[in-house]
Amino acid sequence: MTATMTPYRPRQQAGRDSFAQLLHAEWTKFRTVSGWVIGMVVAALAMIALGLFPAGAADIACQSAGGPASHGKACVSPVPSGPAGEPVTDSFYLVGRPLTGNGSITVRLTSLTGKYPGGRASTPGGQPAMIHGLQPWSKAGLIIAASTKPGSAYAAVMVTGSNGVRMQYDYTHDIAGLRGAVSSASARWLRLTRSGPTITGYDSADGVHWTRIGAATVPGLTAAARAGLFVTSPLHSRITSDFGGSSGQIMPSVATGTFDHVALTGAWQNAAWTGRDVGGGGNYSEQLTGGKYRQAGDRFVVTGSGDIAPIPAGHEYPGPPTVTVEQHLIGAFAALIGVAIIAALFVTAEYRRGLIRLTLAASPRRGRVLAAKAIVAAAVTFVVGLAAAVIAVTAGVAIARSQGFVIYHVPALTVVRVVAGTAALLAVTAVLAVAVGVILRRSAVAVAVVIVAIVLPYILAVASILPAGVGEWLTRLTPAAAFAVQQSVPAYPQVTAIYTPANGYFPLAPWAGFAVLCGYAALAVGVAAVMLRRRDA
Amino acid sequence: MSLAAGDALRAEWTKLRTSPGTIWLLAGVTVLTVALSTAAVAATSCPAGIACPADPTRLSLTGVEFGQAVVAVLAVLVISTEYSTGMIRVTLAAMPHRGAVLAAKAAVLTGAVLAAGAVAVLGSALAGRLILPGQGFTAARGFAPLSLADEATLRAVAGSDLYLALIALLSLGIAAIVRDSAASIGAVLGLLYLAPIIAHALLASPHWYNRIQRYAPMPAGLAIQSTAGLAHLPIGPWAGLGVLAGWAAAALLAASITLRLRDA
Repeated sequence: MTATMTPYRPRQQAGRDSFAQLLHAEWTKFRTVSGWVIGMVVAALAMIALGLFPAGAADIACQSAGGPASHGKACVSPVPSGPAGEPVTDSFYLVGRPLTGNGSITVRLTSLTGKYPGGRASTPGGQPAMIHGLQPWSKAGLIIAASTKPGSAYAAVMVTGSNGVRMQYDYTHDIAGLRGAVSSASARWLRLTRSGPTITGYDSADGVHWTRIGAATVPGLTAAARAGLFVTSPLHSRITSDFGGSSGQIMPSVATGTFDHVALTGAWQNAAWTGRDVGGGGNYSEQLTGGKYRQAGDRFVVTGSGDIAPIPAGHEYPGPPTVTVEQHLIGAFAALIGVAIIAALFVTAEYRRGLIRLTLAASPRRGRVLAAKAIVAAAVTFVVGLAAAVIAVTAGVAIARSQGFVIYHVPALTVVRVVAGTAALLAVTAVLAVAVGVILRRSAVAVAVVIVAIVLPYILAVASILPAGVGEWLTRLTPAAAFAVQQSVPAYPQVTAIYTPANGYFPLAPWAGFAVLCGYAALAVGVAAVMLRRRDA
Repeated sequence: MSLAAGDALRAEWTKLRTSPGTIWLLAGVTVLTVALSTAAVAATSCPAGIACPADPTRLSLTGVEFGQAVVAVLAVLVISTEYSTGMIRVTLAAMPHRGAVLAAKAAVLTGAVLAAGAVAVLGSALAGRLILPGQGFTAARGFAPLSLADEATLRAVAGSDLYLALIALLSLGIAAIVRDSAASIGAVLGLLYLAPIIAHALLASPHWYNRIQRYAPMPAGLAIQSTAGLAHLPIGPWAGLGVLAGWAAAALLAASITLRLRDA
């Protein structure tokens, strides 16, 4: 008697090999290990807690003469914000007249000089000696502003200390004009014309041949604009690098501009020129007089101090205590360590228990196993990291505001980039850890490699005694470049400040820096794929 | 008892010596420390005409910040490998006095790290001595070539070696408590590397900044490398190393207690 035996074939066989099944298998492995799930939650909580700590621990304290010490908002004088919402400095000396409609103003500048107390004191502890000289961004020129309220919209053409002629408008915009310094031998002619809300700036070396520098639309410009000659000069800062840090010495400065050949066309109100310090004026003293002008015919000698510029973020710049969005994401470093551990274990645990042989037997195409593991690790990390980043930023901003900090206003899209970029940074770290785990197979070494590769260069760049130039190269070439994605505030060439990684300014553009980390991760994944295929499990 | 201690030492020494990764990790401590130190001094210059108030000794010992990670890996593996392979049960069956096992591990590890660390810090100091004068750190400008005859330099160099040994003990203690190698190394590197980052984020609150510089293991311990501007440091060189020693002692104490209380 014979019977035909039909071999048993499970019905789900078809489709078993699909990538979705593989992903599902890896996801099941991940979520059923309670240690990893708890680890992810701990990483997220650590990220939030650490991120909120600096804002919560800060104490803005001040003491008025004879009075009790106050804290927080009471100590922070209001900071003007520009048309885009960013904090700005807006103080200068203006010799102006109302401009009620369209019109133009032309002027010749024959000299720009300045001084500041930047020398050595003649007696120990005495007043520093006065130095005759300009700051790189001392400014003298023409301005048309919506009003004299600090932070109002404006457009201006100016001669600068060492940056030639510039047209600037609404604080953050800066266009270069003629190069070179101004002197009686090489005078500079400047012109601003207004047509409706549009202001155009021109410069000329001889008053005959004119070049258009640029045009700006100043939306807040109403009929009664303030316009005229202005002079301002920013703080002189001298930075000395110290043992393991740098400290700055900040001194006021004044600049004096000599204008003549003032010519007006259009709807200028028939009033006398009036001089005034706009925005509180500069820091004048007995040795550093300013905030004044002298007129002889159509020749004006104007002395002013201050600046019309955005305030850069960074702790080494004088001014109000500002906080940037990314300062609440410092906890990403703690999360990064947790992610590196879990993602490496996601691979190395299989090697330790021998599960990898089963995994590879079930799915012989080894590259796909690696891809599935990387995708699951990255996806879980991204979701958890995004949630933690959103909470840290939201709560951090609220805490910092209640403490009296000025939140550095940036466009909403920039905040999205910083938050999503931080989550993506953690996700790519997870991919790197998976790949390094496959290459090294030993969890301790893999975790150490990932953490050291990303965190150590950052520490060396930001918190070490290495010079700033080294820090810039480290944040260009190493995986730590990725933290550029967290930089929310732009570096302003038209404001002298310390734009170094230590101050939160990275040499690469946000996504370019992120791409560096992605490059390392891609390289590691490539090596891991080859090794996974070649080696026995 | 003394015989037992000797046996424990010899057993741990044999394990460390014959474990395949040890020699590579010890070589890694030396090579990576000297490499980063050399790169740091080569990348720092003191151009003429500019005051360079840097600390050349500390700069030359920058590599310790890298080398300590390798030391931590070695120290973690000394104990976590025993847990992952189950060897710990054999070890503790053979030597039921668990405190003695931990002490023997600590002693053997300290010896190995001190030896590799000595080569690492001496190599780093030598690199500084040879390279720095060419970078503008000349005697004419007040920077004498690095020399161990100088008391402060000797303290920084020898202290950096001690620093590495203390990091090994701290890592050993943490790993004995945590047991899992990946979690242990993550905990150790987090404890070390997060402190300077958080301190930097707290520059605006000097109170907290100084606290971290004084009490966190890495910033406090590395104070031993300072040879200039000591009056401005949040914590003195030996006091700082003492703080790290306190961390290491606390970790080992907690480890010996948990080792005694828990099943292996």
